[in-house]
Amino acid sequence: MKNLVLVFLALVGFAFTSNAQEKKKKNAKHDIEVLGNCDMCKKRIEKAAYAIKGVKSAEWHSEDQTLHVIIDENKTSTTVICEAVAKVGHDTGEVRATDEDYAALHTCCVYERKAE
Amino acid sequence: MKNYILLFFCVLFQYTQAQETISGKVVDKNNKPLEFALISWKDTEIGAEADAQGNFTLEFVPDAILQVSYVGFELMEISTFPNKENLIITLKSEQALDELVIKTTRKSTTRSHTSNTNTMTMNSAELLKAACCNLAESFETNPAIDVNFSDAISGSKQIKMLGLTSPYILIAEENIPTVRGASQAYGLSFVPGTWVESIQVTKGAGSVVNGFESISGQINTELIKPANDIPFYLNLFGSTDSRFEVNTHLNHKLNDKWSSTLFVHGNARVSKNDMNHDGFLDNPLGSQINVMNRWQYIDQENGLVAFLSARYMKDEKQTGEVDFDKKRDKGTTNLWGSEINTEKFDANAKIGYVFPDMPFQSIGWQNSFSYHNQKSYFGLNEYNISQRSFYSNLIFSSIISNTLHKFSTGLNFVYDNYGEDVFNYTAQNYDRTDNSVGAFFEYTYDNADNFALVLGGRVDNSNRLGLFVTPRLHLRYNPWEDAVIRASVGRGKRIANIFAENQYLFASSRQFNINYADGKAYHMDPEIAWNYGVSFSQGFHFLGKKAEIGFDFYRTDFQNQIVVDLDQSARTVDFYNLDGKSYANSFQVDLSYNLAKHLNLRAAYKYYDIKTTYKSGNLERPLQAKNRVFVNLEYQTHETDKGGSWKFDATWNWLGKQRLPYTGDNLAQNQLGQNTNPFSTINAQVTKIFSDRFEIYVGGENMTNYQQNRVILGADDPFGSNFDSTMIYAPIFGQMYYAGLRFKIK
Repeated sequence: MKNLVLVFLALVGFAFTSNAQEKKKKNAKHDIEVLGNCDMCKKRIEKAAYAIKGVKSAEWHSEDQTLHVIIDENKTSTTVICEAVAKVGHDTGEVRATDEDYAALHTCCVYERKAE
Repeated sequence: MKNYILLFFCVLFQYTQAQETISGKVVDKNNKPLEFALISWKDTEIGAEADAQGNFTLEFVPDAILQVSYVGFELMEISTFPNKENLIITLKSEQALDELVIKTTRKSTTRSHTSNTNTMTMNSAELLKAACCNLAESFETNPAIDVNFSDAISGSKQIKMLGLTSPYILIAEENIPTVRGASQAYGLSFVPGTWVESIQVTKGAGSVVNGFESISGQINTELIKPANDIPFYLNLFGSTDSRFEVNTHLNHKLNDKWSSTLFVHGNARVSKNDMNHDGFLDNPLGSQINVMNRWQYIDQENGLVAFLSARYMKDEKQTGEVDFDKKRDKGTTNLWGSEINTEKFDANAKIGYVFPDMPFQSIGWQNSFSYHNQKSYFGLNEYNISQRSFYSNLIFSSIISNTLHKFSTGLNFVYDNYGEDVFNYTAQNYDRTDNSVGAFFEYTYDNADNFALVLGGRVDNSNRLGLFVTPRLHLRYNPWEDAVIRASVGRGKRIANIFAENQYLFASSRQFNINYADGKAYHMDPEIAWNYGVSFSQGFHFLGKKAEIGFDFYRTDFQNQIVVDLDQSARTVDFYNLDGKSYANSFQVDLSYNLAKHLNLRAAYKYYDIKTTYKSGNLERPLQAKNRVFVNLEYQTHETDKGGSWKFDATWNWLGKQRLPYTGDNLAQNQLGQNTNPFSTINAQVTKIFSDRFEIYVGGENMTNYQQNRVILGADDPFGSNFDSTMIYAPIFGQMYYAGLRFKIK
């Protein structure tokens, strides 16, 4: 019985120490403006972001037209994400989608573009 | 003339052929159709109105601007058309109308399409539909759980899921398993319903995080959180079976980090009822006092949340012959009587930490201590059990490269010290100490679109179960819109606490026979079962109203089970290791439909095929209806400005015939048939909500007044060999009516 408690406490200690080593830049939060409409857009935008190595979390909300990401800055950057998202047809703060990629969107996803 | 007409038609025909059209659908941002929206070409007379589903077809005018308008939405102008069919036009709501509050009534029971398990969440509104008042009675309006009729001895209701009794369900309170061991039989009645914020009912194998014991499903209750609680709450209840309840909550927020709620519950059943004139009480006299103090600490900036709670409960019940006097008749054969007195104390601490720069990574640590002491006698049978438990669970959750791949891992430790004394023909003692330590890992893949997989496993080392592995798997797939397919497989293992779980059988002349098999659990082996399940549900619109249909099938296959055999003889109950097959198949179809504004229907049909190899052959599980039908209707009038409304709720339950255990060796007048007759019951409730502060309710249970005709076998000779008060398959008490009120200070 005593041994079990000891083993348990030792493992608890281990679990705490093992993830005490985190560097700031490994988890950088960024908000990126991404235009879109609907749930289909949300899936497409997040899928494009997740396909990039170094993107840990990507959540897009239509209300604020913003993609909230947490990235490992050693591996990727917001520019890379903007390029990838634009590639699937969505205008972003940094990179604008090509007209061909925009035209290829599903009809319900045809969001209003901002003037260039 | 004829030729002219022909020519005219030809021209018309050609004209319509040549005319190009544009068609599509107008929706809001939630894809809800905007019926009768106006679509027109700017600066032309050409326009159309969408139909009730928002669909429209209109002549196409090249180089013109299409205008789409709808009250409360911004005018939309479209000038480029990549294609002209199946356009989906999403209108944005007008900002100026911000102050218009649109209320949608949330369904009181919800089933998520994105959850990975077949889980129904019942919120507090659903709990209010039940007559009364504790957790055991909260499932009357939920088709996933069958509520059995309370027996005359304990007065508490037992629940079943997938046709299996509550020991096979993992019942947790805020993810700490609570109703287990000594509290298995009555534990649900020790949680007052008003303390509960929501209940999650999960069918099939559960998550490995909460342990290895769950077999048919999991029930988790979330209690009211002090940080979200209102300053004062009062609930009073009284019923025609002379049961009275009081619930009050007092909440205080000390500062923006600390808050606390004091919960006080008391109930009593004060007068003796014998509606069927068999000389025995229909439900026990009793009282309960239950007090909990709960503290919550929140520090959002640093990602810390903590809960501390302490609770004390004392419950007393007395039943038996109407004239039984416990001081005079206890331990004698003057009159048959029974008392069950339980005292319970528990304290728990939970702390959660979310890494501020990594919201996907967290650590949680739960610790709980509980003490449970039950002293009871049933005629000359005596049953005393105490349990001291300590539970600790440490969970670390994070991601693998990104949040599509999540995992939870951790360790837990369970310690149970039981003192168990049984007097049933002979005195027996089963004091024991159980402990187990385990490690678990659960991986979740979710493609953020239409597929998810949860793969979990745990390794435990227990002094009585040995070293073993528990695997669990869940899959979810959304093949098309509003549809979800789920599958689950899992293994569960547990020690049957045969006396605690079957203590109602003490209220009979039966002798408890344990067939020794050299095992470590009452000389028998642990129970092991696999559970497999598939479910499909589809949301759709029928006649413009929302509907959902669901099918599910679950199979539980026991590799070993402690068989509780009532069929050897009416004189004994035999416990032995399964030698043969034991399975429980359950099939359910359920439909929910919004019949009209504010009027909802929920209906379910359930089929159970539960068979076990008994010593006398393969038999259906006794006292289990093969077929059950459930229908619930709810209606709420439109809310007034002050928040007032009326609520109506009615539930109809139909139970098919149930197999009765063998009674052939009783005297002729104490023999029962092979099966019971089918019957149905109706429960209904009306609530008048005056404002968001005050409401009153009245209701009735078993309004069809169905009563089991013979409740107690051998009632005329309760110390004789034919005595048995455990064959309960229908309501004992006839119609029951109740009234209550709820008062809140916000």
